[in-house]
Amino acid sequence: MQCSKCQYQAVISLQHGNLCKKHFIDYFEEKVFKTINKYQLIGRNEKLCVAVSGGKDSLTVLYLTKKYLEKNNIPTTNLTALAVDEGIDNYREHTLVDLRKFCTEHRVPLTIVSFEQELGKTLDQAYPIINKDASKKPCNVCGVWRRYLLNKHAKRLGVDKVITGHNLDDEAQAIIMNIFKANTALAARLGPTSGVQEHDLFIQRVKPLYFCAEKEVRLYALLKNFQIKFTECPYSKEGYRHHIQEMLNEFENKYKGTKQGIVNSFLAMLPLLQNQEKEMPQTIQQCSKCKEASNKDICNACVMKETIENA
Amino acid sequence: MYIEVYNEREQTTTKVEFIGTKVKDLLRYLRLNPEAFLVVRNHEVITEEEVLQDQDKIELLSVISGG
Repeated sequence: MQCSKCQYQAVISLQHGNLCKKHFIDYFEEKVFKTINKYQLIGRNEKLCVAVSGGKDSLTVLYLTKKYLEKNNIPTTNLTALAVDEGIDNYREHTLVDLRKFCTEHRVPLTIVSFEQELGKTLDQAYPIINKDASKKPCNVCGVWRRYLLNKHAKRLGVDKVITGHNLDDEAQAIIMNIFKANTALAARLGPTSGVQEHDLFIQRVKPLYFCAEKEVRLYALLKNFQIKFTECPYSKEGYRHHIQEMLNEFENKYKGTKQGIVNSFLAMLPLLQNQEKEMPQTIQQCSKCKEASNKDICNACVMKETIENA
Repeated sequence: MYIEVYNEREQTTTKVEFIGTKVKDLLRYLRLNPEAFLVVRNHEVITEEEVLQDQDKIELLSVISGG
């Protein structure tokens, strides 16, 4: 099949046409840079931290953030990378090898923090204890601790924003998950920039790959020869998200544009959700244990940590 | 036709006999969702509309990774 813009062979078929390698890379990069500009995800004097894992999404967003800075004559010395090692046997150690290599090659300083050092247990050790006590899935435990450590260390590094590799598929899944669970408060925090309003205890998270489908991100990483070995979290199939992901992929295969439609509809409603949240009384306070942000006296990360310590 | 298929997600290589002509026919036969895979032949990514040849060697790369 031929590219819609030239005579070369197409590598992907999109709703608006087929693209060859060169035209796909141009299209993809332009889409990411347009997202950054439209939603003002990166400021000229801001210190930035990219949340990285070594997977396709985080390496792509790290590479393109650096490229964006260079393109706009913004010093790349303000860019750093931060990874969380959850302690998942036979999984994270492999992606961290790729990550270290990538950061060295692209001259981006990398900080790695771990569940074990910070919270006393790896996810593999912590999950069965917490699960027994509170019926939590591994993804619930992992999500709470990852967000906690990213925010805590982003503050320690003195950055203005955390850049994440969330893509269109991730966002469409999160929107549907929140709708299915009637969780409008969580939905209000989605979008290309996180949070409903600014707060000193939170570092804002931004998503330059917001409009890039997961398939496009994988293709970009492949065509750019990013060395990524296929790895899959052993816990991923246990999560609610996995079922939503399969459902949306089935819909997308039958009805092209489904994921984009979900995200576009959500963006039209997001200001209403955010206004509703702004009218609610502010409940963010400092956790009495760790002094990080919490909506209760003790934050979820500390509650889980206590559960382990008392087990 | 016979196609040799390497599935990255399953880490398996199998010889598949199927009736059809295009990549999308092969994926349908294997009951795989095209949204979840990239298809590579001779180190080049090909689309679902690409016509396959007997004895082609195909790699199916998983789009979904991580967790």
